Amino acid sequence: MNTLFRAILMATAVAPLSTMAFAEDRIVSVGGSITEIIFALGEENRLVARDTTSSFPPIAEDLPDVGYMRALSPEGVLSVNPTLIIAEDGSGPLETVQVLESAEIPFITIPDGFDRTAVSNKIQSVAEALGVPEKGTALAMDVDAQLAALDTHVDDPARVMFILSVQGGRIMASGTNTAADGIIQLAGGTNAVTGFEGYKPLTDEAVTLAAPEVIVMMIRDGDHSIADTALWAHPAIATTPAAQTQSLVRIDGLLLLGFGPRTPEAAETLHAAIYGQN
Amino acid sequence: MAILDAGIRLSPPQAGDRGPQALVVLILCAALLLMMIIASLTVGASGTSLLQALFTWASGEQIGLREKVILFDIRAPRTLLGALVGASLAVSGAVMQGLFRNPLADPGLVGVSAGAGLGAILAIVLGGLLPAGIAAVAGMYTIPIAAFLGGWASTLLLYRIATRKGRTSVAVMLLAGIALGALTGAIAGVLVYIADDNQLRDLTFWGLGSLAGATWTKLLVAGPLMILALSTMPFLARGLDALTLGEATAWHLGIPVQRMKNIAILTVACATGASVAVSGGIGFVGIVVPHLLRLTIGPSHKFLLPISALLGAAFLLAADMVSRVIVAPSELPIGIITATIGGPFFLFVLLRSRGVLDI
Repeated sequence: MNTLFRAILMATAVAPLSTMAFAEDRIVSVGGSITEIIFALGEENRLVARDTTSSFPPIAEDLPDVGYMRALSPEGVLSVNPTLIIAEDGSGPLETVQVLESAEIPFITIPDGFDRTAVSNKIQSVAEALGVPEKGTALAMDVDAQLAALDTHVDDPARVMFILSVQGGRIMASGTNTAADGIIQLAGGTNAVTGFEGYKPLTDEAVTLAAPEVIVMMIRDGDHSIADTALWAHPAIATTPAAQTQSLVRIDGLLLLGFGPRTPEAAETLHAAIYGQN
Repeated sequence: MAILDAGIRLSPPQAGDRGPQALVVLILCAALLLMMIIASLTVGASGTSLLQALFTWASGEQIGLREKVILFDIRAPRTLLGALVGASLAVSGAVMQGLFRNPLADPGLVGVSAGAGLGAILAIVLGGLLPAGIAAVAGMYTIPIAAFLGGWASTLLLYRIATRKGRTSVAVMLLAGIALGALTGAIAGVLVYIADDNQLRDLTFWGLGSLAGATWTKLLVAGPLMILALSTMPFLARGLDALTLGEATAWHLGIPVQRMKNIAILTVACATGASVAVSGGIGFVGIVVPHLLRLTIGPSHKFLLPISALLGAAFLLAADMVSRVIVAPSELPIGIITATIGGPFFLFVLLRSRGVLDI
């Protein structure tokens, strides 16, 4: 009986201590990669909510969802009583950000980018917003070292095409200046589609002309994506070298395109998948 | 169909007059709107309540900044804007159905929705190309401003096309509206094609409508336009009643038909343009509300227009409350909710009028 009493006493005495350091801290994380960084920094106990795009680590999905990052509602965000909002570039809308400012809640936007330095900068900026710059430096250096150590260079890089979706037979592919373009380069490939920026539908002839040797797609929840056989049967895709070797890589979207702490893993996985069979 | 026998009612009160009944409905709808306004200030994702804040204030304590922002900067403008948008859309719908003598008419027929949509898409996709000076002044209001101008431009164009020798043909307007809709759809398609990923997401959300972006600035700019448009109701009511007999008969009854058409079209363009500009695409309010009322109070516009305004406002506030609490702390676009109710209702109206219209 006495032991039990002491155990309870200990528990009640210790519990407040562990949460006291940031007892006043209530952070909302907006953007999948931002949430990943906060978890990687070990600061997740300060989070009170996240946005719809924050799905990794899976435990993050237990947090309340304040909506899609570009369509946040002011009262929804205020309802979780936050003291700080850390958001990916492009979060909003501006009306919501202004209301949050008038409620004197800091809204910190983290710049985005799709190369090695961008990953470090992102981690560093999030850590500074959290007030743990040393942790940030350590994590950024660690991730950067992993990226530097990647042995993804090949003399004859494969032509890779990232396909966002195939809807009604239309191929939506990634051009330059996207996260997909960035990760293909980090993985030691070369983007087969360079005629435009962003994600655009390609004509069948443009697909043939791009002549990708490998096709990369995302794995999605509740898979709406096209089946392998259907993809190879697509008249334009069928003409590509990728179809001849049936080279298709499917990777989780947030891992592949997040540009966060898991980017080295993404680059390595993609590299192995592209060149593995050779 | 109730609309078609409206002409009988131009004579003084007689057996079957639904005036007293309408008066009761008017009072009920006013009470309902008042309740919705209070509820809208009280309900939300956060636990903040109007009554609680008033109580705190009355007991001499300071209201917290968070409570103040939620009540004054978020819910108050949102509630007022929601009421005005709901009233505008419902009255515009009722006026259009009267003017076109077609139970399925809605404000989209004068081209305002298509034009406003194109304006919004232009602002979302090409907003970045604006000269820095203009962009700095318009700022986050670029989309509403562009939507309003787009709505007006397309209505004026349609009006010019349909007006010949000082007479506006509603039939020409209807047909030209379809052509213009196809054209704006094509231009919008080009813009959607060149839009990037984020812009596409913005377009989708804009199309589903939301009152979440309500601010005092938007209210102060769009509010007077909507109130001005709603204030033409008394003039329109008599004219629309007479118009149910046909344009020639209405003219012989002493109704200035052309002037009335001008006012009706400009009123609808103004009210709908301002509504769409501040809240995006909210559908079906203009169909659901007037028809629901015609079923109970009859087709006389004297009552139909003001009660449509009251019920439209109450309906949109109710839909908005659902939109903000159903997936809290996130928010479901309000257009989804109005269409979920409106779609089946539209079908009901269609099936009900099938016999009369012989379609």
